[in-house]
Amino acid sequence: MNRLKGKIHKYNRDNIDTDVIIPGPYLKIHDHKELGKHAMEGLDPNFSEKICEGDFLLTGKNFGCGSSREHAPIALHQVGIRAILSPSFARIFYRNAVDGGYLLPIEIDPALIEKISDKDEIEIDLNTNTIINITSSEKFNIKPFPEIISKIVKAGGLLYFKE
Amino acid sequence: MGMTITEKILARASDKKSVQPDDVVIATIDKVMVHDVSGPGVIKVFSEWEKKGIILDHIWDPDRVWISEDHFVPASDRISANNITLLTNWTKKYNIKKHFKYGLGQYGICHTLSHEEGLVLPGELYVGGDSHTNTTGAMGSLAVGLGHTDIAYVLMNGKIWFKVPETILFKINGDKPEYIMAKDIILKIIGDIGTDGANYKAMQFTGEAVDKMSMEERLTLTNMSTEAGAKNGIIEPDEITFDYLRTRTDKEFLPVKGDFDAIYSDTFTYDTENLEPVIAKPFSPENTCAVGDIEGRAIDKAYIGSCTGAKLEDLRMAAKILKGKHVKIRTEVLPAAQSIYLKAIKEGLVTIFLEAGVVVGPPTCGACCGAHMGVLAKDEICISTTNRNFPGRMGHVESQTYLASPLVVAAAAVNGKITDPRNEM
Repeated sequence: MNRLKGKIHKYNRDNIDTDVIIPGPYLKIHDHKELGKHAMEGLDPNFSEKICEGDFLLTGKNFGCGSSREHAPIALHQVGIRAILSPSFARIFYRNAVDGGYLLPIEIDPALIEKISDKDEIEIDLNTNTIINITSSEKFNIKPFPEIISKIVKAGGLLYFKE
Repeated sequence: MGMTITEKILARASDKKSVQPDDVVIATIDKVMVHDVSGPGVIKVFSEWEKKGIILDHIWDPDRVWISEDHFVPASDRISANNITLLTNWTKKYNIKKHFKYGLGQYGICHTLSHEEGLVLPGELYVGGDSHTNTTGAMGSLAVGLGHTDIAYVLMNGKIWFKVPETILFKINGDKPEYIMAKDIILKIIGDIGTDGANYKAMQFTGEAVDKMSMEERLTLTNMSTEAGAKNGIIEPDEITFDYLRTRTDKEFLPVKGDFDAIYSDTFTYDTENLEPVIAKPFSPENTCAVGDIEGRAIDKAYIGSCTGAKLEDLRMAAKILKGKHVKIRTEVLPAAQSIYLKAIKEGLVTIFLEAGVVVGPPTCGACCGAHMGVLAKDEICISTTNRNFPGRMGHVESQTYLASPLVVAAAAVNGKITDPRNEM
């Protein structure tokens, strides 16, 4: 999981909240496949059809604010999203994404949002804490994970993490 | 170096003499809550673990766990009905005795039960499978919301990792006028610092206005610390806390307060004497202005409900305005717990609501999270005592919600438009 390649889906908006990522009426659903069908329904009703396995999201700051619903990273994982690039994440979303082993929350410099376009091919390298924009042949630094996060990511989720 | 109350609780829970912001600790948990959404989520995590060969025939400590049925009660359809059955069987299997069931005595919104039933005590580290778990921090506990995997992990191990948060101090001064409620203060703060203004951080509330505030009003402050992204909201316990708890539990506890030389990453000071009633416009709790700035804007529906805005005092304040009047728009009151509903009946509040033409419904999270029981139609505009107004939060993605205090919501209900509550008092 140290190097991931995928296509960017850009939603350049701050504060994309959990009500948008997976609306309230679906909270009663716990079937992951069904949740995937409704991912990002509040923002883009065709979202799930656009995503391929291994793709990435690029968004504005404070992604995932709002509720503690783990349905949010589950729905995004289910449609194929493996990492989200954002200047910042809401804390429970971040924890859920990492501890559940669903996807990588990658913190980036806000200036990068303008330098990466929708549908760009990206490679994330966690060994060097860089991303390479294959489409534009540019290389950028990303914020390294704190030690504990790095360990949980390597373990594949909190369940396999040993103190 | 001194520690804040949040740091002290984390130090005690992780068996350390001291901790400081950014330390990562493995902390032992005192209390755990799951509800009818996070419960089935946790059950799903357990079943995924079983597929991987990790089978739990018991949980760490069933006596420290309690269950609330609140989001989809009364069951909105077959799926939510099945979830309740699933949850009931699961609590029996794991011998969890404190299960607050809809239609079987005391029940209500999980955060309301946490204080109404004295389930969480000062100085405790409490985690809940819901983002508004922060609410309970008003009792001097460290109350943190977690997702399903984290709660499942706690149920297995009794402990979990935390990063020690920095603490931002909010000094709320002045003699609060009667038309200003805690809701106005917390909306003002969120408007100032934004929905990520306290991300990963603790929000601690202090000052003479907080000292004088009732327990229920304090709970509104910590409840909406979630809307500023905070890990927790917290208020140091005092005689008001102890008096509140004495009528609800006989359990002993060890209250914790911060050191005099504790370090706060930032301090914000507010004077409530000059505060105007505040409202958050669609589509974010940070999108605030004075109620007076948008007075007259037409509203279709008023909602008085949720852990944020349907405690007994919230209902009393709404009744103050609704007494002897008739609502002009569809208005719903959903007390936050069965015990509050009963008190509201005994105090005559429910009669006031019914005579004003208001519907009084059973305690439920209901339409606050757009789940059921009065959700909004396309283009419908609601004014609500709840906590969030993101697109689609209370129903159709093209509906709109304004967030305000019970006074402001009741004033809008009797006029059919946004109204400064001072005009109705």
